[in-house]
Amino acid sequence: MIIFLMFVKKEFYHIFRDQRTLIILFGMPVLQVILFGFAITNEIKDASIVVLDQSNDASTRQITQKLVSSGYFHLDRNLQSSQELEGAFSTGKIKMAVVYGPGFADAFRRGGGAKVQLIADASDPNTANVLTSYATAIIRGWQAERLGITQLPLTIKTDYQMTYNPELKGVFLFVPGVMAMILMMVSAMMTSIAVTKEKEIGTMEVLLVSPLSPSIIIIGKVVPYLALGVINAAVIVAMGVFVFGIPIYGSAVLLMAEALLFVVTTLSLGILISTIAESQQTAMLFSLTGLMMPTILLSGHIFPVENMPWVLQWLSNIIPAKWFIIIVKNIMLKGSGFQDIWKETLVLLGMAAGFIGVSIYRFKIRLE
Amino acid sequence: MVTVESVSKSFRKVEALRSVSFEVPKGQLFGLIGPDGAGKTTLFRILTTLLYPDQGKATVLGLDTVKDYRAIRNRVGYMPGKFSLYQDLTVEENIEFFATIFGTTIRRNYSLIRDIYVLLEPFRTRKAGKLSGGMKQKLALCCALIHKPEVLFLDEPTTGVDPVSRKEFWENLQKLRHQGITVIVSTPYMDEASMCDRVGLIQGGELFGIDTPEGIRATFKHPLWRVAGGSMYPMLKALRLYEHTLSVHAFGDSVHLATKHQGITAIDIAAYLSTQGLPGLEVGPQAAGIEDVFMGFSTTQHDG
Amino acid sequence: MMDRGTVIATEDLSKHFGDFIAVNKISFEVRRGEIFGFLGANGAGKTTAMKMLTGLLQPSSGKAMVAGYDVFTQSEDVKRNIGYMSQRFSLYEDLTVKENVRFYAGIYGLSWTERRRKSAELIDRLGLLEVKRDRVAELPLGWKQKLAFSVALIHDPAIVFLDEPTGGVDPVTRRQFWDLIYEAAERGVTVFVTTHYMDEAEYCERISIMVDGKIEALDTPAALKRQYNAKNMDEVFLKLARGK
Repeated sequence: MIIFLMFVKKEFYHIFRDQRTLIILFGMPVLQVILFGFAITNEIKDASIVVLDQSNDASTRQITQKLVSSGYFHLDRNLQSSQELEGAFSTGKIKMAVVYGPGFADAFRRGGGAKVQLIADASDPNTANVLTSYATAIIRGWQAERLGITQLPLTIKTDYQMTYNPELKGVFLFVPGVMAMILMMVSAMMTSIAVTKEKEIGTMEVLLVSPLSPSIIIIGKVVPYLALGVINAAVIVAMGVFVFGIPIYGSAVLLMAEALLFVVTTLSLGILISTIAESQQTAMLFSLTGLMMPTILLSGHIFPVENMPWVLQWLSNIIPAKWFIIIVKNIMLKGSGFQDIWKETLVLLGMAAGFIGVSIYRFKIRLE
Repeated sequence: MVTVESVSKSFRKVEALRSVSFEVPKGQLFGLIGPDGAGKTTLFRILTTLLYPDQGKATVLGLDTVKDYRAIRNRVGYMPGKFSLYQDLTVEENIEFFATIFGTTIRRNYSLIRDIYVLLEPFRTRKAGKLSGGMKQKLALCCALIHKPEVLFLDEPTTGVDPVSRKEFWENLQKLRHQGITVIVSTPYMDEASMCDRVGLIQGGELFGIDTPEGIRATFKHPLWRVAGGSMYPMLKALRLYEHTLSVHAFGDSVHLATKHQGITAIDIAAYLSTQGLPGLEVGPQAAGIEDVFMGFSTTQHDG
Repeated sequence: MMDRGTVIATEDLSKHFGDFIAVNKISFEVRRGEIFGFLGANGAGKTTAMKMLTGLLQPSSGKAMVAGYDVFTQSEDVKRNIGYMSQRFSLYEDLTVKENVRFYAGIYGLSWTERRRKSAELIDRLGLLEVKRDRVAELPLGWKQKLAFSVALIHDPAIVFLDEPTGGVDPVTRRQFWDLIYEAAERGVTVFVTTHYMDEAEYCERISIMVDGKIEALDTPAALKRQYNAKNMDEVFLKLARGK
């Protein structure tokens, strides 16, 4: 035990005495959260639209008024004829056009057939989707009001509303993903360097010719980064809650426990890489390309996995981040308890045990 | 204590060790003398159980290096080349670390390292990376000794270090004999051979001389002369053209000349040199040193 | 001795790293064609001094002239007019003999035609024609050393700096290397060499010994041995370094 603690103590010294490591460990996560949180928003505000009102009656004017006053849209101008439609999008400034058919109010009063067309600039499909969704929601809202339906039972909530994130706040989507990203990057990179560094400077030889067993060396290297990883996770969550106002509907304790598990998983992965890599450079490259890229692409963080070919979907199951993101989203935004996420937790646990086991098994106790 | 029986080892195309055999009894200070690439490090790694021999067998403390590696690793001390210390830990922290992982404390074995540590003491809170070469060497020795190993393996501990530190280091090693610790050291410096109880000369993977330093010196079979008093290069050039020269090498301020047979005298040599425009040089018999023996073997290995 | 011209001259040359004075006002001269030994313990300031002389490190104060150029203001010219060889960084092991020679000829600024001519000449002179397409890693050590040394001289510099060129090398090859140094000196090249082998110190015309950033001794080996009442340079070194 003393031996183990001594080893952990040494690792802590290494971490705190290396400026670069400290910057990566603490500076980067904070920086990333800020960048992702503030700079990249999926929210739409004041999107420029044009309106071609072929009826020009009270109804169409009301709808247009509602659209503009929602804050999501900014009326650039009213078009006079349909010929102007194509030209309107050419500069790229106009994101959507609202076209009301002739005789709108009459058609509506008669009960059906009132035409309104939304034309969106789909060169940015995400934005186009969001805009048409907003507009549709607003129009339906107007319709509901006019028809006197003020209350809708919960069971028939229409599908245009985004459940659990009604305002479609981009940052809510990003924080779990960013958390997974950062923890993965920091943990895996740091541990992958930790072992190869000893190999490179030659101290690994000395450690081998001693009573130390591979288990102590491996676990001893994981533990300090574990402590730091958990602190990192806490900082990210705290930033999310206090700076961006993200709610945690579920238990914060459960969240941190799962974060702990995820950190262990990624650390073990890093150690596994370092038992394979011969130099620090190789280890870092492997971590970046072998871990980061697949994680970004396949974890479901940025691109929805369900839309991918089944091969990739199957592959995404081996990305630890994918399971973690599910867990975090569930806890934070859905308020899930352990009973809802025990399966995903088990997956992570299995992965962690697997990585550590293989690392210890593969650890070369000789130089060849 | 340490036995090596016909050990061979190759790496891809290179034969690093060719059927090497020797023994080191308990408490002896054994030097493995040879240049870079001779196979010293490979041999050490086999003895410290870090590599498998391709052929042959090695034992340390009566234990086989392949089968009983764990037991060996608990009882030996190892200092690989380039010191291999933790640069960002202080002197104290390094020693404490190595003591602890071997299950002991600095206090328990302090007497072992006291003489060496005395010079390190003023720097005990300095990071190992900031020490001079000589100091790093002393620190590495302390770290290897602190758990009172039964056998100490030191791979080129004096390489790249200045002569003063080298001398001090060997003085420290000699004191260790009194503690009953068997010490096996490798070095490229021929002059350090005389500090050992026994030496093994190694080059190109072949161990070609295993004996006490005096024993090795006695193996030089040819007459050896010392020529001095002139500039080195002219002396060398002249003697290379001499018909009776077997080998001629620069040795500091003089030349060591080995002649082909006993019949040649100092006067013959001096006379020859006069004819080459180098009159009045001192010529006298020279007792062969380890380096002379080493080079004698080398030149027969190369093509002369 | 007739004046052969000075190729290195320093005056109170110093280098500070914060509070630490690595090189403390050293002043000395080296003459053309001299074999000059630059000795000192590790940490005595040898490497720092050499880096300043080869234009790799800016001095903190003092003056230094190397090959006729000022080290402060003309460091690039200094680099172009000197040769440099170190034990650790000489030739590219995975390039062939010919590739290495051409490469260095190029970076020393030889013109395209000169490069081809001198490379061919060098390879021929060293007897490496048969192996010119072999990778340097496959050559025996002695040949590598010869090649590295010759390459450092391919642009006919006035001075060549050798940083522990024979460290760890076997005794026979070491001496063969010194033959090269002698030959070069005979041709008028100044050789500035550092070494830890005290017998090699005796092969030099003059030696300087640095201790704690200062030059504590500078003279011929014979004179130093007389001065310190020593049998060989090893003893001189010990007496100097220990007796402080």
